[in-house]
Amino acid sequence: MSDYKDYLTRQVMLGKINRREFLGRAAALGIAASTANTLFAVSAAAQEPKRGGHLKLGLEGAAATDSKDPAKALSQFLFVVIRNWGDLLVETHPTTGAAVPALAESWEPSADAATWTFAIRKGVKFHDGKELTVEDVVKTLQRHTDDKSESGALGVMKSIKEIKADGGKLVLTLTEGNADLPLLLSDYHLVIQPNGGMDNPDAMIGTGPYKVASFEPGVRATFERNQDDWRTDRGYVDTVELIAMNDATARIAALSSGQVHFINRVDPKTVSLLKRAPTVEILNTSGRGHYVFIMHCNTAPFDNNDLRMALKLAMDRETMVQRILGGYGKIGNDFPINDTYALFPEGIEQRVYDPDKAAFHYKKSGHSGPVLLRTSDVAFPGAVDAAVLYQESAKKAGIEIEVKREPGDGYWTNVWNAQPFCTSYWGGRPTQDQMYSTAYLSNADWNDTRFQREDFDKLLLQARSELDEPKRKDMYRTLAMMVRDEGGVILPMFNDFVNASTKQVKGYVHDIGNDMSNGYVATRVWLDA
Amino acid sequence: MESGPITGPVLTDGVAGETHPRSADLSGVPAKPNPAAATGEIGGSFWRRFVFRRPLVALILQRLGLSVGLLFAVSLMIFGGIEALPGDFATTYLGQSATPQAVENIRKDLGLDRPWSERYLTWLGGAVKGDFGTSWASKNSVSEQIGKRLGNSLFLAFFAALISVPVAVGLGMLAVQFRNRLPDKIINVISLAAISLPEFFIGYLLIMVFAVQYGVATFPATVYDSMTLTERLSAIALPVATLVLVVLAHMMRMTRAAILNVMSSAYVETAELKGLGTFRIIARHAAPNAVAPVINVIALNLAYLVVGVVVVEVVFVYPGMGQYMVDAVTVRDMPVVQACGLIFAAFYIFLNMAADILAILANPRLRHPR
Repeated sequence: MSDYKDYLTRQVMLGKINRREFLGRAAALGIAASTANTLFAVSAAAQEPKRGGHLKLGLEGAAATDSKDPAKALSQFLFVVIRNWGDLLVETHPTTGAAVPALAESWEPSADAATWTFAIRKGVKFHDGKELTVEDVVKTLQRHTDDKSESGALGVMKSIKEIKADGGKLVLTLTEGNADLPLLLSDYHLVIQPNGGMDNPDAMIGTGPYKVASFEPGVRATFERNQDDWRTDRGYVDTVELIAMNDATARIAALSSGQVHFINRVDPKTVSLLKRAPTVEILNTSGRGHYVFIMHCNTAPFDNNDLRMALKLAMDRETMVQRILGGYGKIGNDFPINDTYALFPEGIEQRVYDPDKAAFHYKKSGHSGPVLLRTSDVAFPGAVDAAVLYQESAKKAGIEIEVKREPGDGYWTNVWNAQPFCTSYWGGRPTQDQMYSTAYLSNADWNDTRFQREDFDKLLLQARSELDEPKRKDMYRTLAMMVRDEGGVILPMFNDFVNASTKQVKGYVHDIGNDMSNGYVATRVWLDA
Repeated sequence: MESGPITGPVLTDGVAGETHPRSADLSGVPAKPNPAAATGEIGGSFWRRFVFRRPLVALILQRLGLSVGLLFAVSLMIFGGIEALPGDFATTYLGQSATPQAVENIRKDLGLDRPWSERYLTWLGGAVKGDFGTSWASKNSVSEQIGKRLGNSLFLAFFAALISVPVAVGLGMLAVQFRNRLPDKIINVISLAAISLPEFFIGYLLIMVFAVQYGVATFPATVYDSMTLTERLSAIALPVATLVLVVLAHMMRMTRAAILNVMSSAYVETAELKGLGTFRIIARHAAPNAVAPVINVIALNLAYLVVGVVVVEVVFVYPGMGQYMVDAVTVRDMPVVQACGLIFAAFYIFLNMAADILAILANPRLRHPR
């Protein structure tokens, strides 16, 4: 019963049912109208943040091999660590995803969007007392563009030709116009360090709300509040403790016994069990990450668009979201963009499960015999189950899919981006341009669907430097349609980020940018004792 | 090395000479006066005399030599095993965010372009000196990190052993004394149950009852530098309990079986007929002869407490060697995996050797294998 109520509330959030429908169904449940009304208005009640206390987080994704250098940060755990001690030039807005000033106060593009000037904030101090200068910023960006660096932001920085300081301002020159440049600087690796981290990249000294007190890779990290923080709207607790917990059951036990205040990566399968604990709150956020079944457009039999279309139509998206994500997600439409992106092309018809139509296209393609799909649970949680579900729904269209379970070890090397049909996942990107450039541009390293079309490439580059918004939006609609109707990606679902906290934790911000309130969870929440 | 009862000449009946029929067998055609065979003869006869006069020292030396050889073989196997794994460090470490440029940089950095034999020898040269190099992923000294992790693992193992070994042996004797009566049956049922439950399940059960339901135990069991001893002990209470339950049953059943085996022998019957008490018979007459298999089982379980606790460490979020190695394997951090593998192997080999030697000390008849 309460599960159903949650389900309704979620459906409202997903925009699947409107207020009237919700109230009707709620009445059928016997919930008083007033309660239902408040339920519906999921009010982010503006509470007054409390300061103080010791916040403990139990996080998946740490390893003894974790590096202290932000350039090499990969894990979920390090993501939160970096957010605690460092600042970026530009942050993203939690609900719109737009670029928001951080260490850069303001910016100004040239007419062709190929030269950008950033004003750097004055009076900001690093944890070691040194004042932040434009030099530090230049050095930081240079370190991440250096080919010899092993920075995870190398791909983002590729398009930057020159980085220089000009009278206290930062000037970036690009190889081509890019209207989204500020968003590229919100890549989480690009934390501004004293002298750019050239002297000591592992120092973990920044301008963020917390100072690092201790850090044992793969075990634990502790932080103390930075008393000289340049912002007052963050860093509410006195001390933060991150504990590495890679075992899902251990995380749940720690949260339900109140040993930690917050955990990440809650398995949709166990959410219902966790909800029974009266002290626990499930925090799920719609995001840009998505799970995919990818076909190589240049390899038989997938080089036939009718076969690709048949396979897309044979996917039962609703069932996928319910069964694989436990309802914590949204259905996808075979292109990698959803309404959390700026300039999202609305009104594109939703592709639905249609065995008859799938059978028609399948016949037209002339293909016969089984289609081999490779999968492994490292592709995404529940990927093997998803492949089997897909096998069932395709059977109804007369398409035989053979599911081959591959070892998780080496999956990203030997199967993904190597074999013609497999399961995978994508995290979101700050902009539509980046998402398409990463995986759908002909010459992209990770063009994992081998989608190679000149007209697509040309239009994408045009859209990149277009400063006129309606025009740009229209271009993105065309791009989306190309991928949806002719691409090699079957995109059944966008997954929610599912975290959980105790009820003491207040002020959690649902941020579309990334998991765990875009990594800012410890800097944004406070404890209500 | 040698203690009271074992010094002095050991009476043999010419068995010692047969321990090493090497010279006769291996020299092939003895007529050929080749120098190598000659030295072999001399060395062989010297060794034979040595074995005859100091059988125990000889045996220990032999075991040591064997162990070192084994360790080398293991190091080669570990190295080869990791080489054979699909995927290499650079691509695994960067995961889905690997640009060819970044992968290339890392490979060059680590010298992964060199042939593997060369890399193996470099690594071995360091390892012999106790220097395991630096971790590829975190760029920290492996020896330093292992020091801390191994300390944690040993801390856990020590307390688990401290509780489980005496209790297991005691319960084993108790079970023999009340053979086929109620206490024996209870001990058997409980120990069988403990053996058949997988360790992670026992761990989860303990967490559920003591941490979640009653909130009396500390969870997670993460230990870190600034902890006091009391805090540490309270943190490891649950994992230690789990480990004790896991190893206790095995050791206890072995003790019981070994003693029962001896109890059916003639001299025990004699002791019974002399009118000695059951407990005295077990402790003074049966136990010394049953010691060898029991020591073996204890050694195996001790090794397990250090080496095999990966699952328990993961469940209780305990930063020991097991977790360290698992982390390293997932990103192919070769130096760490090799160092861990070697240390684990060393533990196993050393404990087995100690068990054999102790068994021989306890039972002189084992000194001259036929």
